[in-house]
Amino acid sequence: MSAAMRRRAVLALPYAWLTLFFLVPFMIVLKISLAESVIGIPPYTALLATDGWQLHVSGESYRRLASDDLYALAYLNAIKFAGVSTVFCLLLGYPLAYGIVRAPRRWRSLLLLLVILPFWTSFLIRVYAWIGLLSGNGVINNTLLALGLVHQPLTLLNNAFAIYVGIVYSYLPFMVLPLYAQLEKLDPALLEAAADLGCRPWRAFCRVTLPLSLPGIAAGALLVFIPAVGEFVIPDLLGGPNTLMIGKVLWDEFFANHDWPMAASVAVAMLAVLILPMGFIRRLLQGETA
Amino acid sequence: MTATAAARPSAAAAHLRIEAVVKRFAPDAAAAVDGVSLDIAPGEFFALLGPSGCGKTTLLRLLAGFETPDEGRILIAGADMAGVPPYRRPVNMMFQSYALFPHLTVAQNVGFGLKQDRLPKREREARVAAMLDLVKLGRLAQRKPHQLSGGERQRVALARALAQEPKLVLLDEPLAALDRKLREETRFELVRIQHRVGITFLMVTHDQEEAMSMASRIAVMSQGRIVQLGTPQEIYETPANRFVADFIGGVNLLEGRVLRAHDGLIEIDSAEAGAILVVEHPVLAAGSTVAIAVRPEKIVFAPPAAAANRLEARVRGLAYRGEASTYEVELASGKLLRVTQVNAVRQAPAYAAGDSISLGFAPGAAVVLAP
Ligand SMILES: Nc1ncnc2c1ncn2[C@@H]1O[C@H](COP(=O)(O)OP(=O)(O)OP(=O)(O)O)[C@@H](O)[C@H]1O
Ligand SMILES: [Mg+2]
Repeated sequence: MSAAMRRRAVLALPYAWLTLFFLVPFMIVLKISLAESVIGIPPYTALLATDGWQLHVSGESYRRLASDDLYALAYLNAIKFAGVSTVFCLLLGYPLAYGIVRAPRRWRSLLLLLVILPFWTSFLIRVYAWIGLLSGNGVINNTLLALGLVHQPLTLLNNAFAIYVGIVYSYLPFMVLPLYAQLEKLDPALLEAAADLGCRPWRAFCRVTLPLSLPGIAAGALLVFIPAVGEFVIPDLLGGPNTLMIGKVLWDEFFANHDWPMAASVAVAMLAVLILPMGFIRRLLQGETA
Repeated sequence: MTATAAARPSAAAAHLRIEAVVKRFAPDAAAAVDGVSLDIAPGEFFALLGPSGCGKTTLLRLLAGFETPDEGRILIAGADMAGVPPYRRPVNMMFQSYALFPHLTVAQNVGFGLKQDRLPKREREARVAAMLDLVKLGRLAQRKPHQLSGGERQRVALARALAQEPKLVLLDEPLAALDRKLREETRFELVRIQHRVGITFLMVTHDQEEAMSMASRIAVMSQGRIVQLGTPQEIYETPANRFVADFIGGVNLLEGRVLRAHDGLIEIDSAEAGAILVVEHPVLAAGSTVAIAVRPEKIVFAPPAAAANRLEARVRGLAYRGEASTYEVELASGKLLRVTQVNAVRQAPAYAAGDSISLGFAPGAAVVLAP
């Protein structure tokens, strides 16, 4: 086997994996999104009619997606929640990752372990725990009342604040880990060189550390932003019934309305919405490293 | 050599002054730098030479401000550097690993410090261009460091260290990452550049050839201390002790007992040599045990019959090195000596392994080492 063939064989594995578990399911979703909703099993029409070899493509669900403002609003809302949460994750995660990298070597693995420790508990249970913390007679309100800092319980639950808390809390490790990996690679001699050339520590950070950690920032931002856009559990549990986020709309179309084609078209549109920022960040990074 | 080479800096003119500096990395550890004192004059090309781990890098880092001395003082142009952070010291360092900024182009790397100094863009670009010209890298200005060869990187690092026109440039093994040929070429280039810019260079190296061919003065370090300070010639021809003699170039050591001294010569009875050796040296008490050092190239084959220090030996082996050959010869006592002969003619070496030969050295060719 030639080297080129071997390379192709090695590359074939991830491609096969992606084809099998991403492309094929996506094609099925795409197919369902182009069908019409009916009552039956499955609850949508077939794309290829069995009588003739005729293609029954329906744009009905996409038409509704475009005409009903509710969907556009839900998309925008989800992007806003995910975007703001990503910024907060970055603001919290960067100092955290930086602190871990700067900690004495023997502390580092312990600190990293603490960052991923929450994963040992089910995601659902951790989000429920926040209800106990944030609710009207929850831990936080009770403490504030007992200390006399407030005289009426604060509304911490069932609002946008609770959603932000939930998303930032849940996705923070996904920001910290890539940032840590990136900052760890940074050669300390580069900071010494910057100091030698006249940079105070803050300037050295801005001119050396920050630009060199951009790939980590981008990776962390994507890892937080993308799942956060489609997030359903957190807005459902912490955001209350009036939250409008696309993940929740999708859930409702699927489980409440049993409208599979509509749910599928929401999913396809969401993918299209997410590909844009990914492409943008990729371009940005290529410009940086080229 | 430069004009400053011969002149010893007086205390007032000293550009860099190191006074009894001590640095320990742990309270109970041996000192990495152990009471070093040095005066370096403006415009000097000074080399710190010593084996790996003797504290050369640590001393440079103390000067650059990355480490603080436990004892002693460092003065640069008369100003005490205690408590002065690296970003305020008038020195620039060329790092052992170069430490080029990977996200910046060659020109941006060289201009990094100038931008920090808020030099107007015009002036900055002109200075960067001049620096790149100096190191002959003008055509690579827009490349990133990872697109450069090792030698090109080294020159970018040098240009970056010179760009801010510091009073003192610290070079930590500047040529270590280069292959032999490039290293030899670059030596001359570095010296030429230093002449041109007239900035004081303090270079660290563990390569004695490098130190001798580039520096006007050398300090030999061992285990955190300076063991000898002098011009390359002084250090090579009159090493202060065994360590220096051994570290700088090859050397043959012969031990013996002093018989008597007369007319600036001493006679040594050496069992190792199997003869009475005559060596130029001021008076030394008879009966004391001494070691003398003879460089391999100062031993000649087949000396005149009446010559002093004539020894009989057998050739054990020979290494052909092109411009010269090094013979390993065995004396009757079993002592091995190295002898270097220049290959002046294009012929096979005159002697082969197993040949019996006589050899000798002039009384002035050997030095008596301090015990
Ligand atoms: N940060 C540090 N912590 C503890 N010990 C150190 C540290 N840096 C250096 N040392 C020790 O100090 C001594 C001198 O080290 P230094 O780096 O100055 O050697 P060097 O002369 O530059 O050697 P080389 O030629 O190998 O670069 C060594 O024994 C080294 O182990
Ligand atoms: Mg070193």
